[in-house]
Amino acid sequence: MFDTSLTANDLIFLAQGAGMTLVVTAISVFFGTILGIVFGVFRYQVGPWWAAPLTFVLDIFRSIPLLIQLVLANAFVTTVLGIRISGFAVACGVLSLYTAAYCAEIVRGGIEAVPQTLRRAARSLGMTWGQDMTSIVMPLATRVALPSWIGLALGVMKDSALVYIVQVVELLKSTQILITRLQEPLFLLMICGLFYFLISFPIARFGGYLEKRWSND
Amino acid sequence: MIEIENVRKSFGPLEVLKGINLTVAKGEVLTVIGGSGSGKSTLLTCINGLEPIDSGRILVDGVEVHAKSTDLNKLRQKIGIVFQQWNAFPHLTVLENVMLAQVKVLKRSKQQAEAEAAKQLNHVGLGDKLSVYPSRLSGGQQQRMAIARALAMSPDYMLFDEVTSALDPQLVGEVLDTLRMLASEGMTMICVTHEMKFAREVSDRVAFFHKGVMAEIAPPEELFGAPKDPELQKFLSATH
Repeated sequence: MFDTSLTANDLIFLAQGAGMTLVVTAISVFFGTILGIVFGVFRYQVGPWWAAPLTFVLDIFRSIPLLIQLVLANAFVTTVLGIRISGFAVACGVLSLYTAAYCAEIVRGGIEAVPQTLRRAARSLGMTWGQDMTSIVMPLATRVALPSWIGLALGVMKDSALVYIVQVVELLKSTQILITRLQEPLFLLMICGLFYFLISFPIARFGGYLEKRWSND
Repeated sequence: MIEIENVRKSFGPLEVLKGINLTVAKGEVLTVIGGSGSGKSTLLTCINGLEPIDSGRILVDGVEVHAKSTDLNKLRQKIGIVFQQWNAFPHLTVLENVMLAQVKVLKRSKQQAEAEAAKQLNHVGLGDKLSVYPSRLSGGQQQRMAIARALAMSPDYMLFDEVTSALDPQLVGEVLDTLRMLASEGMTMICVTHEMKFAREVSDRVAFFHKGVMAEIAPPEELFGAPKDPELQKFLSATH
């Protein structure tokens, strides 16, 4: 029937690649989200004029293909600055900024969606700007921003396939290595796709669960 | 005591308050009537410092609201305000809505805040809605919740900015009843309203605003019975 030379060890090798994809994604989404919140709040708070320099930098990260960013950043850090740093670190750094650039827009949109009248009501009760931000704006903005943020996280996970260019062996690179050896591209790509699905699906479902829970109120 | 001295305020080229002088004593119920754009709502938002003023000054218990050194967050604890649009925090239950500022601003314990919130919500007739989310409440109920939320801060003054204007007609009564109850309890109140009957009943004094000027102020019998200002006469005959 179906004949393959794929061994259990090869599957473990793929799983390790999937693990690397997961680690790179988790680190990048974590730091990218924190940075994105800082940038997003800053952009909302100071207005478009004062935020223009930041917006410009973020636009660069959003518009240049990730592959180019990775190659250039790697060359810049290792060759120009002469810093000895792993491809893994470069990958996480670039992906974090890439995530932050998108996340900043999501955060800003979320904050703008909170009605001004609610914020006035909070302030009129004597709440400070910070209390208004943490107790009213953030919970409400999070509900608005969550679907886009889940989409961003899943997107970053798939985009992380590009970090092979800085010598990080993640899921897709592991698959390619096996394809070269076993010459069974379609079968291996199916397995690779399955791995991607297995790590994305829980994230997507978790987002769906949160949305449902929050829609009660 | 709230003292308003020669307050002027413009939005761009439009001057909405043209030198208002007004004093509201402790325990007084003042209603403010007038057409839209007369500046009456703006005055309320100036009193608790949500809007800056261009000149003049407003003193609340001797503290100048718009002075740089004034801690507005602290001052606002004394002055409750309820807006035309009911502003329930949608992600919190009715009880949590009323607890939040008590815990954050007054630093009350959760138990204290909860007890006070339950007390105030009972007071406005929402004792059976404590664990409900605001989206399940009618407009009138949300507005009463907003009143309870402001009262839970134990304010000395309450400002009401057309609190019934956005309500369906059949819900106006329950909110006005809540205001009547507060007035009878001796709360110092400034109510901007379009409800003439209500103004006549509860007020110690009624002020008529027209185009940024306080055209007339008098006890209700006098203001409604024998209006002197020609604009007020026009306004009253149009609303009756």
